[in-house]
Amino acid sequence: MAGELVLLDFWPSPFGMRSRIALAEKGIPYEYREEDLRNKSDLLLQMNPAHKKIPVLIHNGKPVCESVIQVQYIDEVWHDKAPLIPSDPYQRAVARFWVDFIDKKIYELGSKIWKTKGEEQANAKKEFIECLKLLEGELGDKTYFGGESLGYVDVALVPFYSWFYAYEKCGDFSIEAECPKMIAWVKRCMQKESVAKSLPDQEKVYEFILQLKKVFGI
Amino acid sequence: MGEVKLVGTWVSPYTYRIKWALKLKGIAFNYIEEDLCNKSALLLQYNPIHKKVPVFFHGGKPICESMVIIEYIEEIWPHNPLLPTDPFERAMLRFWIKYAEDKGPSMWMVGEGQHKADQNSLEMLKIIEEKALGDKKFFGGDNISMLDIVLGLGHWLGGEKLLEAHKLHRLHVWLKNFKQVPVIKEDLPDLDAMLAYLRRQREMSPATH
Repeated sequence: MAGELVLLDFWPSPFGMRSRIALAEKGIPYEYREEDLRNKSDLLLQMNPAHKKIPVLIHNGKPVCESVIQVQYIDEVWHDKAPLIPSDPYQRAVARFWVDFIDKKIYELGSKIWKTKGEEQANAKKEFIECLKLLEGELGDKTYFGGESLGYVDVALVPFYSWFYAYEKCGDFSIEAECPKMIAWVKRCMQKESVAKSLPDQEKVYEFILQLKKVFGI
Repeated sequence: MGEVKLVGTWVSPYTYRIKWALKLKGIAFNYIEEDLCNKSALLLQYNPIHKKVPVFFHGGKPICESMVIIEYIEEIWPHNPLLPTDPFERAMLRFWIKYAEDKGPSMWMVGEGQHKADQNSLEMLKIIEEKALGDKKFFGGDNISMLDIVLGLGHWLGGEKLLEAHKLHRLHVWLKNFKQVPVIKEDLPDLDAMLAYLRRQREMSPATH
């Protein structure tokens, strides 16, 4: 069933990390291909002509684009191994709601934290922490958002941890101080090989952000 | 299986999506009209994060966000399917839904087609026509799919005239066919009445929502 599986990705992308984790959780072998976003490959442009973005998951030559859609696809095709999406329809809807929330808020607010200064940055930090606190509320006393095992929301959210150090340095604040439960959850996730191997080193991500800031004159 | 309830507003295309999905599957439901200028305790209790309609209830349990609701409806009542069964075909449909949703209403605001934003929107409509619709009657083939429901937004934004003006012939025919489907036809807002209502709202309370 595996067939040929290729992931076009870019190492610091939290969206690419989602698919990496999903595939690793299910023990599915695939070929990882690093894209240079300043010099996109013909394959990327051919497989995602609408957006020209990574990640792209190519399965037997057919492309699946958008990380959230990829994770759902991976879960549907390899449904017998380490299911990520709840089987109960209501729990599934709850998980989808939170993944939608994460997609609407976390990346954008995080970007504002490293891209802006002054009042705009302060507002972004405040809202970012508020969002993490709402997520902490949803986590409650569970080990993972998915319960006893890693689930859809865990996979969607944990990649952003690799950017936390960069957000903290740029925004001069401590995420752990504000949201200790969130960091405790992150640490549990990082004990899983599928997560630890899929996330880049936080310091590397911070260096990458510093380079971007130089390039954009931020 | 439990009572089905929908809290929405007659001016919102997002509310109509849910109504259409339920009606296409022949599911009985109670509808509660929400006054967006005076949000009810019910709404604020069940959608505290976004405070928006629609909110869907099944057996008392609330679900928010129109696409989350429709996926739930599809799972609970799989007859008259709105999604293909093949995982790759589903992924493609979901991709186009996200494509349209990310752009939202502004995809239809192509006006005279002179500004850059208009050009981008026009490009998107062309891509959707070419890649997602092709020569099919509906995006789902012979039957309505989730993507048809999502793109029904075109009705609210002067879809037919705009599609005709920009020679998007296939999308134009699609919208006409879509609005002729009985379940859709009997549940489309009167645009003039809607505009008048929105105008009155603005006059009454400048700071709405």
